Amino acid sequence: MARTSRRLTPWLFLLAPLTLLITFTYAPIANMVAYSFTDWDGVSPELRYTGAENYREIFTREDLFQVFWVSGYYLAASVVQIVVALYFATILSFDVRFRNFFKGVLFFPSLVNGVAIGFVFLYFFQDGGTLDTVLGLFGRHTDHAWLGTPVSANVSLAGVSVWRYLGMNFVLFLGAIQSIPGELYEAAELDGAGRWHQFRHIILPGIRPVLTLTVVLSVSGSLSAFEIPYIMTGGATGTETFVIQTVKLAFQFNKTGLASAAAVVLLLIILLVTWVQRRLVPDDRVDLV
Amino acid sequence: MNRRTVLVLATVTTAALLLPGCTGTGGSAKGADAKAPDDPAKVSGTITVLTVRTDLVQDGTMDKYAAAFNKTYPKVKVEFQALTNYEAEIKIRMNTDDYGDVLLIPAVIKKDDYPKFFASLGTAAERGKKYRFTDFTTVGGKVYGQSPVGVMPGFVYNKRVWKEAGITRWPGTPAEFLADLKAIKAKTDAVPYYTNFAAQWPLTSWTYVDGAVHCDPKATTRLAEGDPWAEGSDLRVGDTLLYDIVARGLAEKDPTTSNWEESKPRTAKGEIATQWLGTWAIIQFQDAARKAGANPDDIGFMPFPSRTGGSFCATVGPDYNQAVNVHSPHKEAARAWIDWFTDKSGYDKDNLAISPLKDAPLPEVLKPYEEAGVKLIELDDSAGAAVKLIDDRSEVGIYKPEYRQDLVDLARGAKKGSLDDFLGGLGEKWTEARADVGH
Repeated sequence: MARTSRRLTPWLFLLAPLTLLITFTYAPIANMVAYSFTDWDGVSPELRYTGAENYREIFTREDLFQVFWVSGYYLAASVVQIVVALYFATILSFDVRFRNFFKGVLFFPSLVNGVAIGFVFLYFFQDGGTLDTVLGLFGRHTDHAWLGTPVSANVSLAGVSVWRYLGMNFVLFLGAIQSIPGELYEAAELDGAGRWHQFRHIILPGIRPVLTLTVVLSVSGSLSAFEIPYIMTGGATGTETFVIQTVKLAFQFNKTGLASAAAVVLLLIILLVTWVQRRLVPDDRVDLV
Repeated sequence: MNRRTVLVLATVTTAALLLPGCTGTGGSAKGADAKAPDDPAKVSGTITVLTVRTDLVQDGTMDKYAAAFNKTYPKVKVEFQALTNYEAEIKIRMNTDDYGDVLLIPAVIKKDDYPKFFASLGTAAERGKKYRFTDFTTVGGKVYGQSPVGVMPGFVYNKRVWKEAGITRWPGTPAEFLADLKAIKAKTDAVPYYTNFAAQWPLTSWTYVDGAVHCDPKATTRLAEGDPWAEGSDLRVGDTLLYDIVARGLAEKDPTTSNWEESKPRTAKGEIATQWLGTWAIIQFQDAARKAGANPDDIGFMPFPSRTGGSFCATVGPDYNQAVNVHSPHKEAARAWIDWFTDKSGYDKDNLAISPLKDAPLPEVLKPYEEAGVKLIELDDSAGAAVKLIDDRSEVGIYKPEYRQDLVDLARGAKKGSLDDFLGGLGEKWTEARADVGH
């Protein structure tokens, strides 16, 4: 009796999270996979099993994959994002005046709702909007339609996404850096190591797992960028990403089957990219002391 | 991810694959009728009415309608649910049985499926005598929906600005229209034409030039049977006009950051001269004028610049059609609401819209239309379902904003290519899909 209950206890604790996980993560995924083999339009009571037809269509239609070029902008932006976040995290982990204030400032954008950010930045990039006004203060009257051409629009949108996600990366880095024992810096300073050397030989190896994680998240995030371009441009002017395209297939053209297949393909691509990354950068243990 | 989780995932996935594809709504109640009640005093029940008019629900206007309705039907309680993103939300809800008692027929439902989702309001022969737009919701001789207002596409324009530019008559050809916009640009400070590119949906109204260009009630059937962008066809004429407006710099400078809400007071104040929308917009622009301290009478409405047999032409079509949920336990009460709302609520007059009743006069704002002898036609919608099917299959999206956004991008040079190639490409996709679905 006592033994069975002891064996049951951990499962009882796991019951709630597992139920939630299965209902809201795995069941929908399983459903999506099932739909990807049908021609369902998303609402009709009838649906037909079409085998791998949707997958065949995805891999034979070039235009469906062209949108991945847009991810390049977000990928480039995430490099900037990681470098900047790392820079600030490093600086603010040392004694700096108004340290907590700056931490707050950097983290703040992560607290704002993504939809609100989209709308705010629409005003920001408007003709004669905030950006133009600010540039005007510095004597630069650009008269540039920021969302007007594909390149400029994508760069602007990627910039917004850096603004939005920088705080999250920053907090992750900061946490990791602060978990490095302080004596290490002291010892390093006694040995005559400057800030750069401390960063290079203590901080960088110390936060390596978090850094790898961030890179993995950034790459998959870039491939599946959605919220900001969808709200701000709706995918117009060459800013359509793979997810926007999928959403349009499902909800505009009522091709839920095809869209599910596209979602499955995206999932597989992300899993593959993650796997390759883990292969290239093995997650070895941190051993500073 | 270690081996075990992979295994679990794989099992879950296969298990789900083996589940039969289950998508809700069985066809048990198929073919039900929502009969009009004989005695208003006896109908009872609480009905939920779904609507897109968030504004009217919030400011209490809908409750006023419900109160007036209760004078005739004292035992029916009407509750409103306003959905902001109607099409997307209702689509998901319609996978269950619970999608209100009265709802607006969403575009996603295939016409042939109407009997599975909605209760019939009567036969087409009988309803067609009294109401407009019956064939838009007729399946197998039975009618499944009724729009409370008729709408007519057209240009909302600022009369004062057009007059200031020295224009006193409506342009009769696209070329004249372009010349007029040019005059407005030269002589006034107004933006001659506003695309509302960023709000996306205003661009879709350009599809409703269909029928007006050649005054052809069979225009929808033509879409299903030919290339909509063939030389001289309605959509080509409309799209070319939009292209020319943008390409000649007669639209707003940066369409990508245009703002719909802002465009209303700006048009009222004369900062914007023209927008292609519909009669439904007139009241919104007049309200915006009042709020902005401008003269609401400056808001004018004109037909597409094209004349057939010497007269202008405009198409009258239904707005969202109201229907009764086939699963509703209070079908009589729901039917009573639809009838009352269509015939007696005054909703059409309050919105300066065209009445769905055949014998009702045109609203006051359309007086100039009567004076100019504009011919009003109602499009034959018998091929409407086929058009939607081809549209979805081809992913062209004539009722979606994308291709017109691309057209505007093309016209202002943000996208490479020529107009002919672009429209030709659309036509090609369309004809291919048409062959696929067998039309």
